[in-house]
Order: sequence, then structure tokens, then C-alpha cells
Amino acid sequence: MSTHPILAALRRHKAGVILIALQIALTLAIVCNAIFIIGQRVDRVNRPTGIDEANLFVISQQWVGTPEDGAPDAVEKIDSLVRADLDTLRRLPGVESVAATNSLPLFNSSMINGITLTPDQKNSTLSATMFLGDEKLMSTLGVQLVAGRAFTAADVQHQGFRDDALPPSVIVSQAAAEKLFPNQSAVGKTIYSDTKGTTIIGVVKLLESSMVETFGNNSDYYTIIEPVRQDGNISRYVVKTRPGQQAAVMAAARTALFSANPERVIDEDRGIRSFAEIRHEAYRADRGMAILMAVVCLIMLCVTAAGIVGLTSFWVGQRHRQIGVRRALGARKVDILHYFQIENLMIAGGGVVVGVVLAVGLNLWLMSQYEMPRMPVIYVLIGMVALLALGQAAVFVPARRASRVSPIEATRAA
Amino acid sequence: MFAYYLELALRSLMRNRALTALMVLAIALGIGASMTTLTVLHVLSGDPLPERSNTLYYPQVDPRDSAGHDSDKEPMEQVSWTDGKNLLQAKRANRQALMTGGTVAVQPTQSALDPFYEDARFTTADFFPMFGVLFQYGHGWNAADDDSSARLVVISSALNDKLFGGKDSTGQMLRLEGTALRIVGVLGDWRPNPHFYDLNVTNYAESEGVYMPLSTSQDLQLVHDGSVDCWGNGGAGQRPDHSGTCVWLQFWVQLDNPAQAAVYKEFLVHYSQEQKALGRFQRPPNVRLRNLMGWLDYNMVVPGDVRLQVWLAFGFLLVCLVNTVGLMLAKFMRRAGELGVRRALGASRRALFGQLLVEAGVIGLSGGIGGLLLAFLGLWLVRQQPTSYAALAHLDPWMLLTTFLLALGASLLAGLLPAWRACQITPALQLKSN
Repeated sequence: MSTHPILAALRRHKAGVILIALQIALTLAIVCNAIFIIGQRVDRVNRPTGIDEANLFVISQQWVGTPEDGAPDAVEKIDSLVRADLDTLRRLPGVESVAATNSLPLFNSSMINGITLTPDQKNSTLSATMFLGDEKLMSTLGVQLVAGRAFTAADVQHQGFRDDALPPSVIVSQAAAEKLFPNQSAVGKTIYSDTKGTTIIGVVKLLESSMVETFGNNSDYYTIIEPVRQDGNISRYVVKTRPGQQAAVMAAARTALFSANPERVIDEDRGIRSFAEIRHEAYRADRGMAILMAVVCLIMLCVTAAGIVGLTSFWVGQRHRQIGVRRALGARKVDILHYFQIENLMIAGGGVVVGVVLAVGLNLWLMSQYEMPRMPVIYVLIGMVALLALGQAAVFVPARRASRVSPIEATRAA
Repeated sequence: MFAYYLELALRSLMRNRALTALMVLAIALGIGASMTTLTVLHVLSGDPLPERSNTLYYPQVDPRDSAGHDSDKEPMEQVSWTDGKNLLQAKRANRQALMTGGTVAVQPTQSALDPFYEDARFTTADFFPMFGVLFQYGHGWNAADDDSSARLVVISSALNDKLFGGKDSTGQMLRLEGTALRIVGVLGDWRPNPHFYDLNVTNYAESEGVYMPLSTSQDLQLVHDGSVDCWGNGGAGQRPDHSGTCVWLQFWVQLDNPAQAAVYKEFLVHYSQEQKALGRFQRPPNVRLRNLMGWLDYNMVVPGDVRLQVWLAFGFLLVCLVNTVGLMLAKFMRRAGELGVRRALGASRRALFGQLLVEAGVIGLSGGIGGLLLAFLGLWLVRQQPTSYAALAHLDPWMLLTTFLLALGASLLAGLLPAWRACQITPALQLKSN
């Protein structure tokens, strides 16, 4: 079919055509970028932590009436309380493994140290999240060791909350090992933090850090495990239960700890939390943003589709008589249908071309304002196809109505 | 005349119900989304203490050693115990307070309540008058209480409700971490947003339940809560907190005019030089004296996601408006015949333009009302979220007015082009073609 008559007709509706093309262009620009943002958030939420998250829960509690580090024997006193607690928890039915720790991946509470390769290096090579736990920590979390050895009970020290002495041995994540010692084995090497040295005895495959709070600020998986039981005012235990028994053990743990020693506070809501809950909370903002973006995109596409339906319906109504004339002169129904479909394709095509420019511009602007990477071309292509398809779908109903206009219309006065 | 236009508009709108509904709905969705996100942004970027914020300043000094020194770096965001004490005792500002956050275990004497954690603020006497904190019962403490590490506390009204059923509890004892402290004051309703004086706690955190002299908290070895940043060999040893190489305290001063602020900044430079001469500081003086709002800006307290949502919502509104303009244009153009008859019968272009604008206005107003309802719904949804600022998301009168102006302005703007185009119709041509 020749496009000439379509173009000629469009020229008579310049304002309407420009508006609908503009709407398609704006929708394309916003939808592409929104889908790109959703994709990034989904990637973030799906980042692995490197631990076996099922059947894991955490107890955080504060001791009451134990001076933290005033009395010289305070650390020893708390350590015996902590060991007694670990024992109490270990004996609960359904418990597979228990460990003391200062924090966990995604836990949003962290200790970060600058790590150097020599004691007098001025700028640290990397900033690592330090996990302090006993010899059971790695097996409880199910972290995978890829080189060297795991901690034994003999490696584990205990120290006060404010004592930041470094133990003689540590285990580092593979990401940290590769950054510190590229292309060589990290096991047996010495690293420094605040001029104090320690030896790497093992490397774990993957271990996420504690803080994932702000978007655009993904951690680099730089994590280090110290074989240290931290005896401060706050104690934290991570418990692995047998499958299906987590809820029962979580309830029993509170009672068991209080009956063993009531001099403690375990917060009602946040004292005992499953890892699923911790993960849910860590990525709440990302999930919320992704859902909001998706809802807005969907509504925007609906509005645009409704706009196309409305405008095309008007044009069909306006050209009733002309359509009748064309039909009377021998045009088939399908010719009329194609006419409106091709007309829409031309308008939407124009809108999409402008939209691509706007989409790239919007992405560049977002890159300058927020920590956002460049949008891959695939998102723009998906957006283009989606909007052209949306236009065709929206135009179908009014176009079909146009095709059903009877040739008799030509003889009637408007 | 206006009543007549209104009647015409309503008739015309009733004729194409689906189309009218679509236009109103599009405007309502756009306005609703924009107002919801804008209100959240407005609430989050508000001034926590509107009457006082321009007299409150946050001094920063740079006490670090020369390791990793880079001349354009910002100084530390908090102060060390040594510098905090020095600046506090210098008393160079009209008022000054040194503070940090903590968590304390409250042991209620009532047997019905289990011990629970409460957020605490360890600070000095000027905290209350400087930040204009209102008391429901009693009062704060004075400098002498700071010096003598008096065993006293001020509690929030929420904690007072929980422990004492809202009655005047001044004079009673409160057991914290095994120590009894006398309650001297109960705060009124006080929740500055953002939680400007200590941004290490969540930016929009609720105010603390317990306030006590900083000296008392150090005597009792209470747990500090917040960020600690050490350098050099700081951090080592059992009590790094009282060294000069760890920063973990916030220091605020009240300076009543810019001249005083300039003098105070000079003082900070002199102080840094003096400390450098003493060998404590190793870097050249690097000081900042930001006022409250400047400090909030510098810390970018408003979450980036919230700004992004506002942009998204306004993009959405723009699409909705373009949609409405397109539909309105088509509709007005289709009525060319009717308008032609009115022109031929003597109606002026201005009269037609007015009539069409009234029709656009009716759509805008309906869209605005719908948008307002959607904004209420949107804000209700935001309040159901477990974010720290959720409870703050309410429409204030100012935002309410903005919504209406936005809705009306947007739809009149949307009606302008279609109405103008429709008025260009030559009556003779229209009559002839019909």
C-alpha cells in the first residue's frame, strides 16, 4: 500500500500526531530507564552471600549488670557466660550447630578495617569487613573453604569489645585474597591492619559483607574472618537448626537462655531473627523501588495505550464518510484496517526514534546525578519493540471498527 | 456567562463518558503519584528546628596524623574525647553541647515489665536550652551536674508513659544497667526530623528515650552506640574512647549571628594551630563550621531513591498531561461544526476560548480532587512501609495547596493549546462543509 495518502492525511492532524508521538517518546524514555533500574535492583537482591542461608537464625542480646571493661576480670567473666550460652543452645533439640559471632552478611552492623601489605604503608590496599567468631562459625554458616585450612579451637582467642588486637591467623575471602595478592596464593602471607600483622591461613570462596544498605554502593566481597570470641556487653550467636525445626528452636532458645541466666535483655522483636528476615530487611528498599517502578511503568503504558485508542477512535469517527467513500470505490475491509495500522506504525515509529534519544539522554542525566551505570542497548531495543507492539495492539480495536464502516456511508450526508 | 459555559462543559463531558473518565483518571494518577513522592521529599528535606537552625553550627577539626594526608580532604565528621572536652571547656560559643549515642538496658521496678533496651543520649547541660527542647515535667540539668557526674536522667514522654503511665515521674528512680538514677525531667513531644544532631543513628530515627550527663555515662561505662573512627595506633588498648585518636562524639554550638560564626571559625583555626604546636595535630589546620542545614546537605540525608521517585513521578505526570492534551485536542477539533455555528451566531473568539478553558478546567479540577484522594492513598501506603521515615509521611496544608495549584495549572495548561487551536476555526468553512 502506498504511504502517500497516509502522510497527506497526517499532515492535516499535525498537533494530534505530534502529541501522540511525543507521548510515545516520553513513555519509551521513562520505561527503558525504569526497567533498567528494576534489572539492577533485581541483580542486587540476587547477589549470593556465600553462606548456606536455610535454617539459620541469629540471637542478639545484651548483658545486664556486667561492667564491660572496667574490672580486669570482666572479659573472663563474660567469656564464661558466653561459653555457657553456646553450650545451652547446643543442647537444645533440633540444633545442628552454634557459633559466637560479632555480625553476619547483610546484618547491617559491621567493623571495617583498612588492610595493608606492609606495616608502614600509608594508604590501605582495601577496606575489609571483619567477622569475629569462634571455630564453629564457618561450619555453621556453611562457608566454602577453597585454600588453606579452617580454624581449630586452638586458634580461637577471646577479647573485650574495645580490644582490637589482631589474632595471629585469619581467613580471607577469595575476592580480598585476589585484590591483596593478585595471581599468587594468599595462604601463608602476612597482612597488616593498623601496623599489626597477621597470617592468612585459609581462603573462603565467597562471603558477603554486612552492609548493603545504600544502592550504588555494592560491597566488593572483601571480608576477613578472625578467630575471636568478642566478649562485650552485647553477645551474638548464630544457630543452624535441622530442616523444619527452625521456628520451634527459635522459640525454645529464648526460654532456655533466660532460665540459664536471667541477667540479660533479648529484644522482643529484633532479639531473635531468622536469616530470611535479615535478608528481607537488607534489601527492602531495593524491592520497594523495583515494585514502584514496575507499577508506574505498567500504568504509564496503560495510559499511553488508552490515549492511542481514544485519539484513533476520534479520527475514525471524523473520517467516517471518507472511509465509506473508499469502501464504495472498491477498498476491502483489510485495506482500511491496514491503513490505520500503518498510520499508527508511522506515528509510533517517529515517537520511538525521538524516544531513543530521550532515553539515552535520561540515562546520561541519571548517571551524573545518581550512581548509575550506562544502560545497555538491549533495554532500548526491548523498549522500542514493546512500544511499537503496544501501538499496534491499541490501534487494533478502532481500526477494526473503521474497517466495518459500510460503503453506504458514502451516500449519506455527514 | 460562567454558569452557561459550565453547563456546556458538563453536557459535552457527559456525551463522551469513557473519554472524560480517561482524561480525569490520567490527570488524577499523575497528580497522585507526584504529590505522594513530593510530600515524602518535602518531609524528609525539612528543617528539623525552623526557629533555631540558622544559629546552630557543627564545628569540625582535623586531628589526624599525617598518614594518608591529602590537602583537599574533609576534616573528621566527629570529634575525639580530648578535642570535645577542650572545645566544650573553652566556652567560646553562646551555648555548646558535646554528645554521643548509646543503648541502655532499662530494668523497670514494676514486675510486669521485662528489662528492655532504650536508646540513650549522653550529653552536656546546654543540649536542652540550645535545641529548644520543651519539658512536660521538671527540667534538664546544669553544668555543675556535668562536673559532678550526677546520677540523674531526663526521659522522653514515651518512656514516661510506658513506665509511669504518663504521671509526673520527676524525683523517682530509674534503674539502668544495675544503677539507680534520679529522674529530673520528662520531655514533651520532641522528634526533630531528620535526627540532625547525630546522623550515625538512622537519619530519621525517633528521639532517644533516656538523656543523661555524658560524664555520668562514662563513669558507669555505658555502651556507646554510633560510629567510631580511629587512626594511627588509636584503637589499641582497653579504653580507646578517651584517647585523642578516636572520634566518636558530636559537638554542637549556638552562634547567634554570622559575625560570631566568623569569630568562632577563627578560634577553631587557632585551636588547630595550638594543638599542632603541642604535637597532637600533625596536619595544617583544616576546619569547617557548617550550620545545621549545611550539615544536613553535606551528609545528603535525603535518600537518593526518594529523589529518583520524585523524578519518576513527574515524568509520569508529564506523560499523563501529554495524553490529556492529545485527547482534548481531538475532542475540541471534532466539535469544529458546533463551534463554527456559535461563531457564526456572533460569539467572539474570546468567548469560545473561555468556554473551552472552562471545560478543561472542569477536567483539571476533577483530576485534582482524584489526585488528592490518590495522594492520601499513596501516603497511607508509604506509612505502612517499615522505613524509619514512614510515620512522617503526611500532607501538610502547604502541600495540599500545592496539589490543587498543580492540578489546576496542569489542566489549564493542557487545555490551552486545544482551545486555541479550536478557536482558529473559520466559521464559514465549517458551515459550508456541513
